[in-house]
Amino acid sequence: MDMSRRQFLRGAAGAVATAAAAPVAEAAAPFAPREPKQLPPKAIGMLYDSTQCIGCKACVAACKEANGKPVEQPQHLAQWNEGAWDTAEDISGKTLNVIRVYQNGAMAEKDREVNGYAFVKRHCLHCVDPSCISVCPVSAMQKNPVTGIVTHNPDACIGCRYCVYGCPFNVPHYQFDEPFGRIAKCQLCSHLLAENPLFSSRDNAAVAAQAGTSATALWKKSRIPACCDVCPTGASLFGWVEELQAEAERRLALKPGEMYEFPRGLLGGDRPAQAAPIGHYQPHIYGEQESGGTQVRYLTGVPHEKLGLPKLPDHSFAAVSEGMQHTLYKGLIAPVALLGGLVFLARRNAREDDERKNDEERPS
Amino acid sequence: MTAITHRPLGGHIVTKPFLILGVFVLIAAYFILRRFLFGMGDVSNMSNGYPIGTWVVLDVVIGTAFGCGGFAMALLIYIFNRKAYHPLMRPALLGGVFGYTLAGLAVMIDLGRYWNAFNLLMPWYAQPNSVIFEVALCVMAYITVLWLEFWPAFLERIPSEFKQRFGLDKLYVFLKRYMYVLVALGVLLPTMHQSSLGSVLLILGYKLSPLWNTTWLPLLYLISALAMGYGVVMLEATLVNRAFKTPSEAALFARLARVAAGLLVGFLLLRWGDLTYRGHLGLAFVGDWDGNLFLIETVLFLAPIFVLLSRRRASQRWQFLAAVCLLAAGSLYRLDSYLMAVQPGNGWTYFPSAPELLITIGVVCLEIMLYLLFIKTLPVLPGSTAESHGRPS
Repeated sequence: MDMSRRQFLRGAAGAVATAAAAPVAEAAAPFAPREPKQLPPKAIGMLYDSTQCIGCKACVAACKEANGKPVEQPQHLAQWNEGAWDTAEDISGKTLNVIRVYQNGAMAEKDREVNGYAFVKRHCLHCVDPSCISVCPVSAMQKNPVTGIVTHNPDACIGCRYCVYGCPFNVPHYQFDEPFGRIAKCQLCSHLLAENPLFSSRDNAAVAAQAGTSATALWKKSRIPACCDVCPTGASLFGWVEELQAEAERRLALKPGEMYEFPRGLLGGDRPAQAAPIGHYQPHIYGEQESGGTQVRYLTGVPHEKLGLPKLPDHSFAAVSEGMQHTLYKGLIAPVALLGGLVFLARRNAREDDERKNDEERPS
Repeated sequence: MTAITHRPLGGHIVTKPFLILGVFVLIAAYFILRRFLFGMGDVSNMSNGYPIGTWVVLDVVIGTAFGCGGFAMALLIYIFNRKAYHPLMRPALLGGVFGYTLAGLAVMIDLGRYWNAFNLLMPWYAQPNSVIFEVALCVMAYITVLWLEFWPAFLERIPSEFKQRFGLDKLYVFLKRYMYVLVALGVLLPTMHQSSLGSVLLILGYKLSPLWNTTWLPLLYLISALAMGYGVVMLEATLVNRAFKTPSEAALFARLARVAAGLLVGFLLLRWGDLTYRGHLGLAFVGDWDGNLFLIETVLFLAPIFVLLSRRRASQRWQFLAAVCLLAAGSLYRLDSYLMAVQPGNGWTYFPSAPELLITIGVVCLEIMLYLLFIKTLPVLPGSTAESHGRPS
């Protein structure tokens, strides 16, 4: 159904000029979406395997430390343990990354939809074609052209919150309780990654040569996003998106219950792996196609909708919105032509008015 | 009919209604102060599920539609050359001046990082793909155009010897001569940003019910803005007519009514046609929140059509009721598509807090106060003197 609609949209693009005049039913869409964007050449991201997550929240604490965010307590939990526990319920202006739990019935078994429970990690998915960048009026949201990390620049940001409104995953959050609030979102610890030139260059060998060492040595001392760095089971795994995708496909292809060496920290790094049985996966790698693709992959035991990961089309809504804008405002031709017509008419009508006034004044 | 003359209404400025409105403005000022001292969360119920609240939706999205009187009348009078409506132009323009200027004020209250607002004008921060960027620039430009279009009303009020001394009479002649450029801009800019207010919603995707989310949003928003513009002109003229006993324009409005009704018919045809084509019309009748909102909107859109196309449109009372209905329909359409039909999921809900609403109400009250002040002291309303309209004064 999606395909046929897209084909129709493409066909309708040629008929933009006549669309307005054509019967309403004939012209279902007045324009075509913008071309989809491609994954950046050295895209980095994360693979989160819900079946491997034990809900320890070490990643939440590490994220707060790495990004200088305070402990958070919702009002009704503030009295717990004298307020010492971080009890963030969801990502917020103070929490960039959080583990949430799905609960059903007796919660007897992990990663089961009925009478079971499951964990899910919430943070920015670093979309290939992000809505937040498309809506931002002051270019405060940026996507790194090499690594694809979506970053936010508070010095540009005017706080209009359309990134919050438009994000299909509800990720950017504004600090409403601050007089000078900021937009908060996961930036894949890009300040830590910046210490390793391998994560920002296309050419490993050249980078290694410049640093006077080998690429392997650089890898070994590389810093990675805090959540993946501390994850004890490898549920949060950092790496190149293409390799993470292959890893996810590999796990999906295996039989549930089969023992598997789960890599930890950095995919392709030198940490000892964690041996564990393969989970009962849903046959879908979330994040591969959703919203035009993201740089985070999810493998889950329960359907992703149950975990707050919405069902999304495989195109970005940004492509729809920008397709519209580019059709209406291409080269500013339409507005300028319209202005020309309006000036002409307004002037002609004003002149007629003056002439009429002169005629009336003459006899008296 | 000779050239239009306008005259100030005169009378006391500080009246009882003026003072009551003033109280609401002061209450709003208190909460605005709190918003800047303690942050938005102190006065508002906005959340990260509903980051756009009443300040944007009521004051900007709906407020600017109420300010479209100037746009709608300029289109009719100067572009389609219907000069008969000329007496309605200046009051409509004044409504636009305040509708838009105070929408700008509301945006400054709503911006989370308002001290960076000037970044919108910095070319190195420009983001032409952003619909909001286009809306922001367009609205800023239009506020400027509105004040320039209105400027002759100030100049007419300034004593002539004063005008001569400062060369203001030359400015007056200049503005009058090139007014057609301003008029053209005053039609182009609202066409652009009112349609874009609809395009903004395309990014919501699944969060907005298919009953509202369509690629025809820009056109639907543009039509509704024009219809609401005519509605507000009818409403405002009737109120001023009743309150200040100015001559009735009911005959003129009976003709304007047909224009407004035509727009509403076009709006409904486009909306229902599109829904039928996309196969989502069934959602309207499932009896849930979204479906019922849609049906209420439709009834509100249909009611003024029937009144305005019937013989009742000659009656001032029915005109007034139809205008109220039309504005309610357009406002609800905008409120639904920006807020009430938006479901961000994950259990988020939103209802505005009292202080949040009081700020919105205060901004509207300030708008009405300034409108009253201006029509009493400046030549805005059509002169009711015998020589201008041939009516007894």
